[in-house]
Amino acid sequence: ETPDPLITELQDWASYTGAGVDETPYGMPISYESHVVRRNVEWLTASPISSINFTPIHALDGTITPQGCAFERHHSGAIELRKEDYRLMINGLVDRPLVFTYDDIERFPRENHVYFCECAANTGMEWAGAQLNGVQFTHGMIHNMEYTGVPLRTLLQEAGADISPDKWVYVEGADASSNGRSIPMEKALDDVLVAFKANGEALRMEHGYPVRLVVPGWEGNMWVKWLRRIEVVDRAVESREETSKYTDVYADGTAQKWTWVMDAKSVITSPSPQMPIKHGPGPLVISGLAWSGHGQITRVDVSKDGGITWETARLGKQGDTKALTRFYLDTNWNGAPMLLQARAMDETGYVQPTKDQLREKRGENSVYHNNCIQTWYVSAEGIAENVEVS
Amino acid sequence: AARAAQLELKVQEIQAAAAERVANGANLTAPAPSHEGTYGLGRPALEEEIAAWDVDVLPDGRGLPVGSGDVWTGEEVFADRCASCHGEFAEGVDNWPVLAGGFDTLANEDPVKTVGSYWPHLSTAWDYISRSMPFGEAGTLTADETYAIVAYILYSNDLVDDDFELSNENFAEFEMYNKDGFVVDTRPETEYAEWRKEPCMENCKAESAVTMRSVFLVETPPEGGSNSVMNDATVEGLPTFTADGPSFIPAAAPKPEEEAAAEPAVQEAEETDEATELVAAGAKVFKKCKACHQVGEGAKHGTGPALNGIVGANAGSVEGFKYSKAMKAASEAGLVWTDEEMAAFLTKPKDYMKGTRMSFAGLRKPDDVEAVIVYLKSFGS
Repeated sequence: ETPDPLITELQDWASYTGAGVDETPYGMPISYESHVVRRNVEWLTASPISSINFTPIHALDGTITPQGCAFERHHSGAIELRKEDYRLMINGLVDRPLVFTYDDIERFPRENHVYFCECAANTGMEWAGAQLNGVQFTHGMIHNMEYTGVPLRTLLQEAGADISPDKWVYVEGADASSNGRSIPMEKALDDVLVAFKANGEALRMEHGYPVRLVVPGWEGNMWVKWLRRIEVVDRAVESREETSKYTDVYADGTAQKWTWVMDAKSVITSPSPQMPIKHGPGPLVISGLAWSGHGQITRVDVSKDGGITWETARLGKQGDTKALTRFYLDTNWNGAPMLLQARAMDETGYVQPTKDQLREKRGENSVYHNNCIQTWYVSAEGIAENVEVS
Repeated sequence: AARAAQLELKVQEIQAAAAERVANGANLTAPAPSHEGTYGLGRPALEEEIAAWDVDVLPDGRGLPVGSGDVWTGEEVFADRCASCHGEFAEGVDNWPVLAGGFDTLANEDPVKTVGSYWPHLSTAWDYISRSMPFGEAGTLTADETYAIVAYILYSNDLVDDDFELSNENFAEFEMYNKDGFVVDTRPETEYAEWRKEPCMENCKAESAVTMRSVFLVETPPEGGSNSVMNDATVEGLPTFTADGPSFIPAAAPKPEEEAAAEPAVQEAEETDEATELVAAGAKVFKKCKACHQVGEGAKHGTGPALNGIVGANAGSVEGFKYSKAMKAASEAGLVWTDEEMAAFLTKPKDYMKGTRMSFAGLRKPDDVEAVIVYLKSFGS
């Protein structure tokens, strides 16, 4: 056996000095990780200005998504809005229509919560069959951050809003799309946050700097970025984003509206098409993410044979409500092909359905809210591919 | 009102419980405290401010300003402000939304969801066009222009005759084709009830076989983005799984990466001179332009004109492309796309030419501007 020169020979980094403290005042990942980036699929949309890119969830671990690689979805591009130029108006059915500056927002009592934000269209391409070969592309319209913000109910109270349960809160952004959405009062009073920090730092431009709405467990389109106006109204506005988009067409041609909640879902992030098994048979960590818009994840099961037999995975830690939960199945791979699947359960007892179960209820034209069980075929060489199974 | 009281009580309960935990010292975490009365933060919103921002229009027509517009006016405004993306007849250009037609396709394999076939409320069209359109010039349409555009979209959907005029007075009467096509989320009844049960762990089915492989393979170049190529592999040759495992282990397929590995080295050796490097850098930058512009052999007009030979050419001179008024005026004034003019335009399109339809924000880095101009020149100048 030859001794490893990386050990026996003096290496440059063990002899020369490294980078000084201020070389990158705000750090970037080391160059060796530069492939771990958000990616888009050009042909999906007409223009990058109204488009989507995807979180590299295959390459992350734990549960917190760094802001710099958390997926983006804009309807008219990400805007640069200074805190000094920021205004938030609250009007409509309120005793006192008010205008807040950014500094005003920071003077209300605030809370910290970790929540996932998932686009309603996450996994949307897969309704018609296995389409995109990578978990980044099939499941990457999701991120999970620790938000700091003021409960929306505090601002409603400040303006003396009519909070009777048949009222709605209409929210819109300062960008050209404005992306208005209507939220029923019960949700607005429950856990919605007017947030200004994520993972401890200011929101990134692409996530709505300086202030965005956080609507836990509900589809990402409602998490209005660059939040500029909150209007209390007596009915849903039925804006473009809640009628022509973000509605679900069923097989019979009828459409479902107000399908806000993101149901329980999970996916194996490694092995996956972008994360082949390179080490051959032996110890193998199967890992993935699970989440539910209804509350906590209580259990995740993993199958290696396409759903014939299931084993219960280990949760990285007890999941926060409406936040990503990491799961692991520590296994010994015998080198034979596998059909890998994960199946999430949440605290309401909801069990993540198969693609066939979903199609039976909704057909294949739904676009949104596809929370089916995903299958990866893993070959004897360790290469993983997006497939559908009988 | 009873539910409101209930909700209030619930909030109070949560807060009381939190206060108790704090008092007991058992758990010092608590939600943000409630507060008697208000904090006195913010300032009153002025009427003019509310009028400027509160412009949403409700399905019953509340929020509409006084005004009107007819189909023929709408056709003109639409051609000028909307057609570059949505097509002269609202049929949609490239991937931009189709606004007309698609009736009775909602139950088909690929439903065509247009304003006519799908949208339940006319207010949605008015509200969205008024606030968010045209793309890149949001908020610049007058109320009358918006009425006219909406009237034209209805006409292009055969929902009104050519003498139709839409106004704030007849707006609320108009009933959309698919007004009864929506139901409120039925998942709680149709799905949750059925799927909330202990799942199967063993012998859940007799066998499992691959029925479909990924349609695309996705390559991920180091600089970002992705390239998709069709996957020509079939399900044949894959094992069927039972409780005993896979039926067989397929022979290893040749690894395509190994064959391809030799090629890039050769390419790298050739691409050494600076100009070629600039062209390559420009090609990368041009990705930002590709949503609207084509260049090279067989380039066609998209949302923007084809760009072969554009550097050095007269502005607004590409044949068969319908330019904005601003670009036509610049053309008549004799603007030539020299390197300098092109660089200024690409840096801040909207500042350089007020009224250009190009919805692109501009290239911030001078290096990118230089590279993309060199790239464009490689297709004639």
